This record gives sequence, structure tokens and C-alpha cells, in this order.
Amino acid sequence: MSTTAKTRIVGASAPRKEGADKLLGRALYVDDIEREGMWYGSTVRSTIPRGLIRSIGFDRRIDWSEFTVVTAADIPGDNRIQLIVADQPCLADGQVNHCDEAILLIAHPDKHKLRDAINAVHIEYETLPPIFTIEESERQEQIVWGKDNLFKSFLLEKGNVDSVWQSATHIVEGEYRTGAQEHLYIENNGIIAEWSAENGVTVWGSLQCPYYVHKTLIKIFDLPDDKVRVIQTETGGAFGGKEDYPSTLASHAALLAMKSGRVVKMIYDRMEDLAATTKRHPSRTRHRTALDKDGKLLAMEIDLATDGGAYATLSSTVLSRATLHAPGPYLCPNVRISAKSWATNNVPYGAFRGFGAPQTIFALERHMDEIASALGIDPLDLRRRNFLHTGDTTATEQLMREPLIMDQLLDRSLKESDYHARRARFARENPTSAVKRGIGIACFYHGSGFTGSGERILNSLAGLDVSPQGKVRVLVSNTEFGQGTNTVLTQIAAEALGIDYDDIAMAAADTGLVPNSGPTVASRTVMVVGRLIERAGLQLLATLREQAGLGDKFTREEFFAACERLRAIKGEVVSLVRYEAPPGIFWDDEKYRGEAYPSYAWSVHMAQVAVDTVTFSAEVEEYWATQEVGRVLNPVLATGQIEGGIAQGIGFALYEKVVMQNGHMANNQMTNYIIPTAEDVPPIHVFFEEIPFKYGGYGAKGIGELPHDGPAPAIVNAIKDATGVSFNSIPLLPEDLFAQLASRDLSKEHATL
Amino acid sequence: MRDSWPTIHFTINGQACAVQAPPLKRLLDVLREDLHLTGTKEGCGEGECGSCSVRMNGELVNSCLVPVLQAEGAVVETVEGLATNGKLHPIQQAFLNCGGAQCGICTPGMLMAAAQLIDRNPHPTMAQIREGLAGNLCRCTGFIRIFESVLAAATQTPEPAPEETPNAR
Repeated sequence: MSTTAKTRIVGASAPRKEGADKLLGRALYVDDIEREGMWYGSTVRSTIPRGLIRSIGFDRRIDWSEFTVVTAADIPGDNRIQLIVADQPCLADGQVNHCDEAILLIAHPDKHKLRDAINAVHIEYETLPPIFTIEESERQEQIVWGKDNLFKSFLLEKGNVDSVWQSATHIVEGEYRTGAQEHLYIENNGIIAEWSAENGVTVWGSLQCPYYVHKTLIKIFDLPDDKVRVIQTETGGAFGGKEDYPSTLASHAALLAMKSGRVVKMIYDRMEDLAATTKRHPSRTRHRTALDKDGKLLAMEIDLATDGGAYATLSSTVLSRATLHAPGPYLCPNVRISAKSWATNNVPYGAFRGFGAPQTIFALERHMDEIASALGIDPLDLRRRNFLHTGDTTATEQLMREPLIMDQLLDRSLKESDYHARRARFARENPTSAVKRGIGIACFYHGSGFTGSGERILNSLAGLDVSPQGKVRVLVSNTEFGQGTNTVLTQIAAEALGIDYDDIAMAAADTGLVPNSGPTVASRTVMVVGRLIERAGLQLLATLREQAGLGDKFTREEFFAACERLRAIKGEVVSLVRYEAPPGIFWDDEKYRGEAYPSYAWSVHMAQVAVDTVTFSAEVEEYWATQEVGRVLNPVLATGQIEGGIAQGIGFALYEKVVMQNGHMANNQMTNYIIPTAEDVPPIHVFFEEIPFKYGGYGAKGIGELPHDGPAPAIVNAIKDATGVSFNSIPLLPEDLFAQLASRDLSKEHATL
Repeated sequence: MRDSWPTIHFTINGQACAVQAPPLKRLLDVLREDLHLTGTKEGCGEGECGSCSVRMNGELVNSCLVPVLQAEGAVVETVEGLATNGKLHPIQQAFLNCGGAQCGICTPGMLMAAAQLIDRNPHPTMAQIREGLAGNLCRCTGFIRIFESVLAAATQTPEPAPEETPNAR
């Protein structure tokens, strides 16, 4: 098996494929690209959260003949941005359902004239009552979407929770909330679009999923497949935030390009990007848990609600992943999860690293500590008594066939952190110190790849070709935005073909060049697409051996000579393969039962946090992350993924608060939406236990999202460990800590302050 | 009107240049639009993220906050000036080896901050590295690989003789 064979390149820290270009400042991001005669576009947005558009006026102080103006009436096809449900207009037509919703577009050759012109468009509304919270939406007094405000609901049931409550020794309840979170990729959204009657629409831009944008543009412009081309430019961070929004922005830029007859560039500034684009879904999770006298789980009843914002976008799939991660890495015979995603008049929420899992894992792992307190047992013991093991079944009754080593991950974490000695030290020091220290833990999994039958539906196609110039190209629609797609897929191709890393190039992520190997989301690239590239490489080698006389052992020159012989026979040297599901996979979308994910990555996080009872700041002082992610194909890149995810998770827990005022983000600036800086990130210790996954690219599982799942519960559990106070809602800024801690006796205990 | 704009002279990456521009035009925009040096990036436009960091007269500045008039007569260095004859600067090589760049958008500014840090203090402590990079936001790496990169580049710098310690300011 490839997963156990000795490898040359896979497993080594090959340098980042596009690293030199990025370090020399010559990598071209969308805003770095200028085109002759290019115009610039901008957006007129709603200033109210909900209402009917009564009139649109254009101030005469502007010479509008210089501008191109696009409204919904200019859309040649269907005015819908459809990810899953066809509900979101590309441009508002008669009604707005959230603040900062796009109403009309303008373009001009001088970008400095745009702001003035935007301010000279006067829109009159008849306001309708807006709703902004899950609770308002649940009450259904105002129906703002569909018949009932409900984007999606799931009911997942295993066993019968109702049979347990009467006889259980312990029942523990809790409610947990998480706030919106902004991706804050450092490169804002941006697109350049070109239109011609002959070639249709071409867009270049900062995006994750070229074929998602392609699908949208086909419908917006009512064009055949081959008249729309989407090309990813170097992308300065995404984290899910460029999964769906680029479909909207690409449509806008392309509409302006069509009407103006010019190439049009649209680049958001930070304030517009923060106000108008998607964020992580706010959530509320209620737990009711039954346990026996030994602290073994008997029943978990979980009620999950998310705020989806004004349009459906990806809310149903985010809810699905949130649901499937809600019960955590524990064995429980009776589970009921009722999950609902509600419409409000907030800006639509969308994909963000973890995709719902960080929300429900926060709830569960906080709840586990609350259960431990209620039962008077150690939080580690409670977890150990309930961990899933190989041969157990999950809440969806998926049989855990692969090795499952939560105990081992926990042991390693305790050892590496010297957990018990540290806690003993804090127990000695805290009573006489204004700074209270604690350690918190979080245990969790993250399912790799699309949920359930998702990968089979995607039916990804990927492969390799060889140019006459002697370069192998990787043909995928999967994109690089920092996580290492280029590097790791190159390593896989080089490994499979038995040639050098430098002999492989990545084909541009251009729908005119590469097949649809699915979106770059869901921690699927290395596991799923990497496997396709591995297979494509082995398939090409077999063909070269059978048809072009390549020997068992060969030099680089012999390899490329064989490729040319194959080209002489076949006209081209290309190897494409399609996704094949691992055997024995069964998923019931109706009952939410079966193999929810082809594999899971497993992790234990530990955070040491210091809470200052004078300033009410909480600082993460040290962090340990231990995980089993299959085989690690590039240790430096993999470690970087873990560290970066943890930093984002620290922000989610302690820094990042989206402040909404009447449906508009009030702190839409980096000045007052605060992310962790170099001074806020603690030393992070990363440990991998490697168990190759037979059906992943060279044994890999997903890794990208996993590290964002753990920090929030680990940190808030550490705050409880430090202060004895339970916080069940994040983000926890100093003012939030103050609100609960100031009324306690913490300061009185230390009157010497 | 264009003709009436003043001509501003400064040195960019070792070369003299003259730019006719509105005096309050941001140095960032002059670099990117007039000089076509697009390595310097805009992240926030308000001096918070440091993506547009360049060196001006040996100081690290946010070029989004510098009106080009202030650059008159100045020596300006951008990411494009770090490598010499196609050979990566030691800090660039360290970022490549240690995984200091992921998406790359903060990287040019981060490299300038890191180069400045090492120039001022060739053997910084971890606390000094954190402080030196605190004005440059990275959303991908969690900074740890960047710290490693700076440490790696610093260890390549020969230890100065004690009497020449250049970080005494």
C-alpha cells in the first residue's frame, strides 16, 4: 500500500511551491493586475436592514454620462446567486433584506470619482420591521424568509433519549453561545471582469472555488458553460470567506464589464469587506445530558440554533456539519440533536474554517467541564470514561473502523504540558496572586471532506498532463490561498511519478484549463484530491510502462523520453481520474444516519490562561495541540496550519467581537475589530500522531479546519479552572469578564491588591 | 491640473526617481501605481495591519499613512529591494525554509519589519521579535513560523564584537 511504503518527497518539508514569488513581492494578487483602459467599479448598498425600495434618484451634481450604472434590470439571466437555494438576488430588486445589500453598481475610469457618485445616489425606502436575533426569528412574529423563517432543520436520533431521563443518576443542562466572527483575510475581496459578445465572460479574482463562480455566472448571464471562464489570482487568505462571496462580486464586476464594454476591476476596501461580506454563524446550543453513577453518558439531547442572516447561502450545510460535530468524540447510546438555522435581517453568514463545528464543539466541551463540576469528578476522567474507541458507533451509528486513539492523544498532551505539575503550581500560587492561572482542555474530532454523500455527488475529476517542454502539470480546480495546496499536491505528484519536485508545476486554477476537482473547502484537498493525484500519477506510470517502454527503474530523462513516445502514439500525455468512494460507505440523508465522513481527524488541545483580576484581561500563556491527522505530508506546512488555526481560535474566544447596530457592523475596521497580534499568540506546541488513512492521498486526512475547533472551549475551560467562574458565551473581552468576575469575591480574597 | 502637481524626488531601492503626483497621494499608491512596485500591499488603509510597511530613511513606516510629499529626498526601501541579483535576502530565505509565508499578502510588509528588526538588533530575543512584529498582522500563520524565520535569519548573522553592539540606541 502506498500509505506504508517508504517515500522520497511526501513526508518531507518541501519548500512552498510559490514561496519565492510571494517573498520577492512578485506574486500577482488581483489588485496588482492592471489592464489597458480598465475601469473601476463600486457598489451602492442599502442603508436599512429591511424595506421596499420606493425610488432611486441620481443627484444632478454628478455627470452620470461619464459613468456606467447597472441595476437588477440589466441582468440578462436569472437575478439569483444560488449556492444551495435560489433566494439571494445578485442585485436587490424592489426589496432589501439586510444592511449593505447591493442595489446598484457604478463604474468609471477614475476610481477616485466613485465615492462621490455613490453618495449622490439617493434611495428612498418604505421600511419593514427587521429582526436580528435567533429568538426573534423563532417567535415568527415577523416572517422575513419563506413561510417560517427557517432555512433548514435537522433531527438526528440514536436510541431513545426519552427512555433515560427517569432513571439517570445525573442530569446536567447548559446553554452556550458563540458570536459572529470575521475571516479577516488580509487581502480583501476583489475581481477583474471582461466581457465580449464573442467570448462571453472572463473573471480573474481572489477566490477559493472557481467552479462555484462559474456556475453562478452561467445563470446570471444565461450563457453556455464554455462562454464563462473563471481564473483564480494569487489569493491573500480566505478561510471560507472566499467560498461563496466571490460569486456575487464576480457577477457584479462582470455586469459592469458587459454594460460599459470595458475591463472592470472591483476591489473592496476593508470597511466594505467587513460590512458587506459573510461571517461565521452566531449560534446557541442547549445541552441536556444524562449520566449514570459512574459518569458514563446515557443520553445527550442537543438543541442547536444558528443565525443564518438574510439569505440561505451555505447555512444548511454549515448546520449539517455543526450537527454532526455536536456530540463530540464520546460514546453515547441515546442521542437526539435538533438543529435549526434561522433567517434574520443580518448580513448573510457563510462558510468559515470549521463550518459550524467550532460552534457546537465550544458548547459540548464547555458542557463537559460543567458536567464534571456537577458530578464532582475530574474533567479529564469524565472524558476518558466516555471516549469513543475503535469498534464503537457514533451518533449517526457510523462504525469506527479505523484506529481511534483519544486516550493516547490525551496522555501525550498531559505529558508534554506537564499538566499535573502545572495545575499543582497554580493551586499553590493563585490564592495569593492577582493573576489567576488555569489549564483547560478540549477533545474533539473534525470530519474530513464533504459530509455524507457529498463527495460522491461532487464526483471530482483531477489529474496530470505532461507538456512537450518536459514539465508535468497538476490539473485541479483546487486553489492555493496559503494553506499549501500547490506544495502538497506537487509533492504527491512527484512521489507518485518518481520524478523531482521541481519537474512538477501547478496548472493555473482556470476553468478553461483544469477539470472540476471540487471546491477547496471542508479540509478535503489533500485527502480527497491528493488521492486523485496519487492515482493519476500511478495510472500514468502504468501507461508509460505498458505503452511507451518505461522501465521499472528510470531516470528523469528516461521518464520524459517515454512521455514523448506516448505522445507520438496518443497525441497527448494526460492522466485523469475520478473520485471513488471508499468501500462500505452508506449515508441516509433523510435520517442522518451512516458514514457521516469518510474519515475523522482527532485532537486534544490544552490552553494555559492567566486571568488578571485587576485589568480583567485573559491571556493565553502557552498552548499544546496534539492530533492524529493521518499521515503528515509536509511537517512545516502542517504545523503552520495548526498554529494558524489556533491563533484564529484564540481570536474567536477572546478578541473578535462583531458589534451590530441596527443590522450594520459598527466596528467594520481593523482599528476596532481586533485579531491576535504577534504579542498575543502564545508559544504553541504541536504534536502529531500519525496513522495513515488508507483512502487519503498518501495516507493523509483533513487538517485545515481541525485546529480552529479547540481553542475556544480549551481557553474558556482554563478561565473556569483559574477563577472558578463558568463563562458560556464567547467572545470574552475584558468587559465581558469584568461583568461576571467583578461581582464575585475574587478581589475580596486578595484585598492586598 | 496634472502638470501642476509637484515633482517629488526620492530614492527607491537604491535608484533615484522623480514622481509627479498630488502631494497628499499616499506613498503606498505612488509605489503601486506610479512606480509599479506592487509588492507592497494594502490591507486596511488605516495603519493597523502593516501590510504596506516599507522603510523610509531607515525607519519602518506604514506607507498608507505617508503622504508622498513626506518622501521628498528620502531613501525608500520596499520588498522588491531585499533580494540582490536574484538571490534571496537571508530573511527571505529563512521565511522560505521555516514556513514564514502562507497566503503571502502580509509577507512583504512582514519581511520589511523583520529586516528592520534584525538590522537594528541582529540577535533579538523572542520578546523583542514579538514586539518588533507587533505592528504587522498575519491571519494565516499564527506568527510562530514567522518567529522561527526571524530566529533562523538572526542566527546566520555573525555575532558582533561586544563593543560594536548596534542595538544600543
